[in-house]
Amino acid sequence: MSDPIIKIQNMNKWFGDFQVLKNINLEVEANKKIVVCGPSGSGKSTLIRCINRLEEHQEGDIIVDGSELSEKTKDIEKIRAEVGMVFQQFNLFPHLSILDNCTLAPIWVKKMPKKEAQELALDQLKKVQIDDQANKFPGQLSGGQQQRCAIARALCMQPKIMLFDEPTSALDPEMIKEVLDAMVSLAKGGMTMIVVTHEMGFAKEVADEVIFMDEGMIIEKADTKEFFANPKSDRTKLFLSQIL
Amino acid sequence: MHTINFLKPNKDNIKNYSIIGSFLVLISLIDVISNAFLKINLTSFLPGSLTTLFPLIIGLIGLNMMRIDYSGNKTLDLLNKNINTNNFNAVLTLLILFSIIKALPPSLSWMILDANISGDSKDACTGTGACWTYIKVWFRRFMYGMYPNEFHWRINTAFILVIALGFVGYFMKENLKKYLALYYVIIYPVIAYLVIYYLISGGSFGLQWVETGAWGGLSLTFIVSFFCLIFCFPLGMIFALGRRSNLPVIKYISICYIEFWRGVPLITVLFMSSVMFPMFLPEDFFMDKLVRVIIAITLFEAAYCAEVIRGGLQSLPRGQYDAAKSLGMGYWKMHIFVILPQALKLVIPGIANTFLALVKDTPLIFVVGLAELAGMLALAKTNPKWLGFAMEGYIFASIIFWIICYAMSKYSYNLEAKYKTER
Repeated sequence: MSDPIIKIQNMNKWFGDFQVLKNINLEVEANKKIVVCGPSGSGKSTLIRCINRLEEHQEGDIIVDGSELSEKTKDIEKIRAEVGMVFQQFNLFPHLSILDNCTLAPIWVKKMPKKEAQELALDQLKKVQIDDQANKFPGQLSGGQQQRCAIARALCMQPKIMLFDEPTSALDPEMIKEVLDAMVSLAKGGMTMIVVTHEMGFAKEVADEVIFMDEGMIIEKADTKEFFANPKSDRTKLFLSQIL
Repeated sequence: MHTINFLKPNKDNIKNYSIIGSFLVLISLIDVISNAFLKINLTSFLPGSLTTLFPLIIGLIGLNMMRIDYSGNKTLDLLNKNINTNNFNAVLTLLILFSIIKALPPSLSWMILDANISGDSKDACTGTGACWTYIKVWFRRFMYGMYPNEFHWRINTAFILVIALGFVGYFMKENLKKYLALYYVIIYPVIAYLVIYYLISGGSFGLQWVETGAWGGLSLTFIVSFFCLIFCFPLGMIFALGRRSNLPVIKYISICYIEFWRGVPLITVLFMSSVMFPMFLPEDFFMDKLVRVIIAITLFEAAYCAEVIRGGLQSLPRGQYDAAKSLGMGYWKMHIFVILPQALKLVIPGIANTFLALVKDTPLIFVVGLAELAGMLALAKTNPKWLGFAMEGYIFASIIFWIICYAMSKYSYNLEAKYKTER
């Protein structure tokens, strides 16, 4: 068994007086795909935002690719560069074209030559099938196209880990499929992925493990087949019966 | 019911109604015009106050007859939708039209028909209208202040040079574009300062020294506005970012700075800069009054700029910060490439507002003895040879300021359109 690429131990997090995450323990090995599900407000998004320190945790350890995340972490940018993230609201930069959205970080953070960055970006855009939109602005694209561009943008940094924070929740039903397709092909390419989603079909297809969270705690963590076939806790059963 | 509907058109008779209606409006306009221009009262046969109200009543009936929801006639529909939606708006429309017509003849005759422009002394102004001779004789003073006449070419050359240097950005090669901000924020002001110092102040290269006290008029307005504008923007940006900083020291310094400068009136700042400030300086240290004034206005306006820019920063969604951070960008990269380009685009109207106010605040430097355009005017109107022409002077200054400010606001609209990428 190889060393886990993400290791979370006894992690607690508060927003003011309210404890959002309670005693989280999680290990993710390289190349594994984890799906996190649970009702809204259960802390799923906060959990994965802690993994690239968009949120700070107060107690416990988070170790990502061998570096511990804490206030003392000086080169947090370096860790973030290795952890790609896709957001519910796409968060593309509206003042830049699709191509520039993808090349901005490689050029300025990884110091990649402009030409190389553009080739890489076009390559990634081709994989999500929007290379023909490269010179448009985000506002001119549909939601699904924007989200695929956001995936390409994150991949342009050639990250080791990809985090997805409800990537399809803000999309129209017919656009969900195109985004999920892009994610499935990414998963088949061997990327380490943590996906917060309500798309159980996607979970069944690609996930190695499913985590069920409620009220800031990990209630259940099991292999995908096991999770859907015979969930252990009643809370999970209730959730699955409502969502499936 | 028939009487109420008497003046209401419907779809079938709208053609006749609109012809009669426009005829009535025309009559009312003719009445007012003949009254204002020819001083003939066409309706003198009517009793008392009816004479004055006649055009309004006739016009209102006319507009009332033309009012219909939809007629198919483009001009009529446009008219009904914009100025003739109900009786109240119709009355307002007519009243505004009438006042313009009434005001036209006296202002025309004052400004043009009865005005004088020939000659070169007060005696040439014999008419009852404006005395543009005054503006003509004083024109050079209004433009260049007390600057010696034979050196005016130095000011002109300096301005042409500075403007030409300002356009360098448009012709810069693609691979040098990234240094554009550096050029405009640091290099350009320094070059402009040197050009203005060596050309307008003189003192070297065989040019005679002209002290800043002699500078004045519109050229001084330009010099003060120019330097204040280019310095206050970057300074404001720094304080806007500072106020949002996580570091308490920087944050509170910024807050103190902004609140201090926003809390004091510009006029006291100017007094301080010229009277108090030199007292705190070492004896042998000398700073020109004009430089002190420019620094004072810059610091003052920077506080306003900072708050406008902070408004833009705050209106950006948090997701933009998240996305930039998640791509591994640090504070400066995130702000330079993601946050500021968007925020500054949003604050173009607000910044234009601040800049316009700045240009129009420059006349205040008169209180420390620097006479720019409005200051020269104040000097000129108290000249014993030219007493009594303040009106002409102020109209002249208003027109000049309006042209400058209108050009600036037009430019800001252009910028807005240029950087519009959403939708």
